Amino acid sequence: MEQSTIESGTHKREKPYINPYIGGVLLGIVLLSAFFIAGEGLGASGAFKNVISVCAAPITSADNTTGFFAKAYHSLMEDSKKWWIVMEVLGVLIGGLLSGALSGRLKLKTEHSPKITKKRRLVFALLGGMFFGIGSQFGRGCTSGAALSGMASFSVAGFLTMICIFGTGYALAYFFRKNWI
Amino acid sequence: MVAPLVENGIISGNFNLLIALFIGLGFGFVLEQSGFSSSRKLAGVFYGYDMTVMKVFFTAAIVAMFGLLFFSLFGWIDLEMIYVNNTFLYSAIIGGVLMGIGFIMGGYCPGTSMCAAAIGKIDAMVFIVGIVIGIVIFGIGFPIWEKIYTAKALGPLKLSDLIGVKDGVFLLLLVVIAMAMFYAAEWVEKKFPRDVY
Repeated sequence: MEQSTIESGTHKREKPYINPYIGGVLLGIVLLSAFFIAGEGLGASGAFKNVISVCAAPITSADNTTGFFAKAYHSLMEDSKKWWIVMEVLGVLIGGLLSGALSGRLKLKTEHSPKITKKRRLVFALLGGMFFGIGSQFGRGCTSGAALSGMASFSVAGFLTMICIFGTGYALAYFFRKNWI
Repeated sequence: MVAPLVENGIISGNFNLLIALFIGLGFGFVLEQSGFSSSRKLAGVFYGYDMTVMKVFFTAAIVAMFGLLFFSLFGWIDLEMIYVNNTFLYSAIIGGVLMGIGFIMGGYCPGTSMCAAAIGKIDAMVFIVGIVIGIVIFGIGFPIWEKIYTAKALGPLKLSDLIGVKDGVFLLLLVVIAMAMFYAAEWVEKKFPRDVY
């Protein structure tokens, strides 16, 4: 306790993070508002898929409606509600930036354990992102869209995906320990 | 029943998109304030030195579930109109496992990486590049795994229905489990040393 106050005092003027349970209640309220207003939960990976499908549209031919991205593109063009998640993720960027600015945490840096090099951290970040990208499509959503929002709507898929994400993380934690501890 | 507001035509589709921006803003703000913009803090959940992810995640799910059930009880929200994720058994498991690998390697998930990139974390920006590559790989190879992707479709199945209890009873069970997990989380954090990052 004492040590952490000294640390934050001597380092930059970063404000401490909020209590995790309070953070959880606030996040729950945001999630509930999404359900209350739009009828669906929060998400992130869906926005990536949608934006990629728009970028891919000139490449895939116009009459192609069976491809993965073509299908996503067509439903985006037909239903404006599909843009919801894109707007929401733009909001995440703004909200994160705002919070970081207010708490003195805006800083360009690569965060890594002192035991590994910056390069190693970035290579693993790229690989991890790739696995997450592929996995989020199989899971029809990521930690927020499939696991969190899925759980909140009592969905079997939500609980299953959550258990698989964290279960795999724990199962493999030993092999990647050098990267983190 | 007034909610969901969009489904009942109380607010228009276009206005809904503006609201999405603000909901996302709240989402990003809370994630960042909770420390989800730090990969080392997020990964802590797997090593016991920082259990924030578990605490925030389960508290949020429970609060939202309580809200949905009580709003429904008060007649404010029509639960039939709430989107329940469709369950595709194999795909959900494969996806979860791949995401678990991604999490332990990369230290982020898509939402938290956006949040971390917003405050200048270069590792998060690289993670985002990885997500894009991953989704493109999935899309291009889609014909190969289309069958498994759509196999074992169980529809919008609820876990409470599957085990045959009312939503409220199920939620109560989940609260008991979460309380035990929080208690264990507090204990395990004291056991393992915590870095300052």
